[in-house]
Amino acid sequence: MSGPNPMRMREMVVVREISRLLIPFILLFALYVQFHGDFGPGGGFQAGVIFAAGLVLYGLVYGLDALQRAVPPRLIEVLAAGGVLIYGGVGVASMVMGGQFLEYKIFDPHHGEHYGLLLIEAGVGITVTAAMTAIFYAFAGRDRARDEEAR
Amino acid sequence: MNAVAGLWVYAVVIVLMMIGLYTVISRDNLVKKIMGLNIFQVSVIMFYVALGKVDGGTAPIFKATHGEHLDTEVVFSNPLPHVLMLTAIVVGIATTALGLALVVRIQEAYGTVEEDELVRIDQEGGA
Amino acid sequence: MNAHLPAIQVVLPLLAAPVCVLLQNRKVVGVWATLVAWASFAIAITMLVHTMEHGTISYALGGWESPLGIELRVDVANAFLATIVTGIASMVLPYGPGSATLAIPEDKQYLFYTAFLLCMTGLLGMSVTGDAFNVFVFVEITSLSSYTLIALGKGRRALTAAFSYLVMGTIGGTFILLAIGLCYQMTGTLNMADMALRLQPVMGTRTVLVAFGFFVVGASIKLAVFPLHQWMPNAYTHAPSVVSAFLSATATKVSYFVLVRVVFTIFGAAYVFGTVHFEWLLMPLSIAAMFVGSIAAMYQTHIKRLLAYSSMAQIGYMTLGLSMNSVEGLTGGLVHLFNHGLMKGGLFLVVANITFRLNSSKIEDMAGLARKMPWTSLAFAIGGLSLIGVPGTAGFISKWYLVQGALVKGQVWLALLILMSSLLAVGYVWKVIEVMLLKPPTDRVENTKPAPLSMIWPVWVMIGSTVVFGLWTTWTGTVAEVAAETLMGLR
Repeated sequence: MSGPNPMRMREMVVVREISRLLIPFILLFALYVQFHGDFGPGGGFQAGVIFAAGLVLYGLVYGLDALQRAVPPRLIEVLAAGGVLIYGGVGVASMVMGGQFLEYKIFDPHHGEHYGLLLIEAGVGITVTAAMTAIFYAFAGRDRARDEEAR
Repeated sequence: MNAVAGLWVYAVVIVLMMIGLYTVISRDNLVKKIMGLNIFQVSVIMFYVALGKVDGGTAPIFKATHGEHLDTEVVFSNPLPHVLMLTAIVVGIATTALGLALVVRIQEAYGTVEEDELVRIDQEGGA
Repeated sequence: MNAHLPAIQVVLPLLAAPVCVLLQNRKVVGVWATLVAWASFAIAITMLVHTMEHGTISYALGGWESPLGIELRVDVANAFLATIVTGIASMVLPYGPGSATLAIPEDKQYLFYTAFLLCMTGLLGMSVTGDAFNVFVFVEITSLSSYTLIALGKGRRALTAAFSYLVMGTIGGTFILLAIGLCYQMTGTLNMADMALRLQPVMGTRTVLVAFGFFVVGASIKLAVFPLHQWMPNAYTHAPSVVSAFLSATATKVSYFVLVRVVFTIFGAAYVFGTVHFEWLLMPLSIAAMFVGSIAAMYQTHIKRLLAYSSMAQIGYMTLGLSMNSVEGLTGGLVHLFNHGLMKGGLFLVVANITFRLNSSKIEDMAGLARKMPWTSLAFAIGGLSLIGVPGTAGFISKWYLVQGALVKGQVWLALLILMSSLLAVGYVWKVIEVMLLKPPTDRVENTKPAPLSMIWPVWVMIGSTVVFGLWTTWTGTVAEVAAETLMGLR
C-alpha cells in the first residue's frame, strides 16, 4: 500500500509548523462554537466535529502514535460513553426533581433552560469529539489492530 | 411561470436522488455504493432545508437589544427542518463510517471490494 | 411514578449502553445487560397493565406539550410491543455463551452488549413514541446497531450480509425520512396524532399519496415484505445465532408495528383501504410471501437459512392480517407478531445450542441428533409444530384468528390458502426433524454432549411459553384485540 508515509509528513517543515500554529486555534474555535451555542449559531455537534478535526490533523501530521499518547483510545471510549451519560444524567436529574425528562425549568425558574442546555451541549460535544476521533483511530490504526489479532 | 420557478428545488432533489439511487444499484464497487448512498441521503437533506426556507426570511436568530421586544417586521426562515437535518446528517455520518468499516473488513477477508467478484468467491468457496 | 414509565422505558437501556463501555469486564457487562433487560421487561409489563386498566399514557418530553414538543404516547398496542421486545431481550441476554460465536476477541465483547442495548433502545423508542421524526431517529438507532451486531458473526459472509443490509436499510430509512418530510410539508407538524388530523383536509393531494408510498416502501424494506426481503436470509444466516434470535423476534415485528401505525394512525383506514386500496397490493404480496417463503425454506440445507425463509413466510401472515382491514385480521396479525416472536426466537436459540456443540449449521450434520441432544431437539420439534400451527401451540391461535378474519369477510378461498401454506410448513419442519430423529448419527454427532443447562433454560422458557400461550389464550387474545381496536380507533 502506498499511502502518505507518516515519517515523511513529519519531515515537511511547512506542514508541520503550520499545523503547530493552527491546531490551538482550531481547538479554541471549537470551544467558542461550543459555548456560543446557547445564544447563537453553534452547539455540541459542530463544536465536537471541529475539536475532533483538530485532533485528527495532529494525528495526520505527527503520526497516530503521537496522537494516541496525548489521547489514549481507552480515554476516547470513556469520553464517548461519558458524554451520553451527562446528557442522560441531566434528563434523569430533572425527572428526580419532579419534572419531566429533560425539563430544564425544574432546575431554576429563570436560568434553568440556560444551565440545562449548557450541560446537554457539553455532553453532546464530548461524545461527538470522542466518536469522530474513535472513527479516525479505527481506520488509521486498522493495520496495527490486525497485526495484534494475528498474533 | 412562477410555479415552475418555485419548484426548481424539487427538480434538483429528484435528480440528486436518482443519481444516488442509480449509483447504489448499478455500481459493483462497494465504496461507490456508499458514495451513492451519501448522495441519496443528501438529496433528502436538501429537500428538508428547502422546506424551511421562507421567502425573504433571514436566519432565525433572536436579536433583541437590551431586552426589547422582537422586531415583528423581520421574517424568519423555519428553523425546525434544519434542526431535524442535524440528526439526519449525524445518521448519515454514522452509516458512512460503519459502511466504510465493513468495506475495510471485506477487503481484508476477500481481497476485493467488487460485488461481482465477492459473489463469485462466495459461490466457489462455499464457506 | 407510572406517569414517567414511557420515558424510563427508553432511557434505561439508552443509559445502560454507555455504562457497558465503562464497566468493560465481559462477565460483569453480561450480568449488567441482563439485569437492565429484566428491569425493562418489568417496566413494559407495568405499562401494559396500566394501559389496559386506565388507558393511554401520554408523556411530554422536556415538559413541552404536544403537538409542539415530542410526545411519548403509550396505548395498549405500544405497551404490548414493548413487552415483546423486552421479554425477548431478557431471554436472549442471559444466554451468555453465545458470545463464543462472535468474531471479536473476548476483551472487546463488552461492545457487543453495548450495541445490543442500543438496538433495544431503538426498538423500544419506535414502540413508544408518538412523534413521526422520532420514529426515524429510532429506526436508524436500531438499524445501525443491528448492522454492527450482524457483522459480528463468524465467517466473512457475515460482513457482506451486513453490508447489503446496510445498503437496503439506509434506503428504507431515507424513504421514511422523505415521507415524514412530505407529511411535514403538508401539515406543519410532526406529532402523529396531530398530523393525522391535519392531513384530513388535504387527503386528496398527490403529495400525501407520494408520502404514503414512501412510508410503505421504507417500512416494508425494514419489515422484509415479500419482494423487498432479499437482505433478510443472508443477514439471519450469517449473524451470530443470538443476534438472529433477537432480531427475528423483535426488529421485523417493530417494523410491522410502524407500518400498522402509518396505515391506521397517520393516514387512517378510510384513506388507505378506501381510496388507495392498499389491500390490492398488500394481500397478493402477503400470500406470495407465505408460499414463496415456505417453498424456499424447504430447499435450504442450512438450518438458519431455513428459519430465515420461514420468517419471510410468517411475516406474510402478519401483513395478511393487516391487509384484511378488520379487527379480526389485525388481531390475528398482532397475535402472530407475539407468537412468532416467541417461536422464532426460541428456534434460533435452539440453533445456537446446536451450532455451539456441533460447530455446524448444516442440516445433514445433524443426523441422529435427537439421541445426543434430546432436550434441544424436542424444543425444536415443539417450535416447529408451532410454526406449522398445530392445535395446542401458539401458532394455531394466530392462524385461527386469521382464518376467522378471512371467513368473516366471506373469503373462503383466503382461509383455504392460509391452511394450504401451513401444510407447506410441515414440509420444511419435517425435513429437519426427520434428519434429527431417524437418520443414524454421524461421527460428528456421536462425539457431542448435550448443551449446558445455562443454554437450555432460556430455550425452554421461550418454547414452553409457545405451548402455554397455545393453551391459555385469553391473555394474548384479549390484549391483541384491545390493541387492534385501539389502533383502528374503535376505542
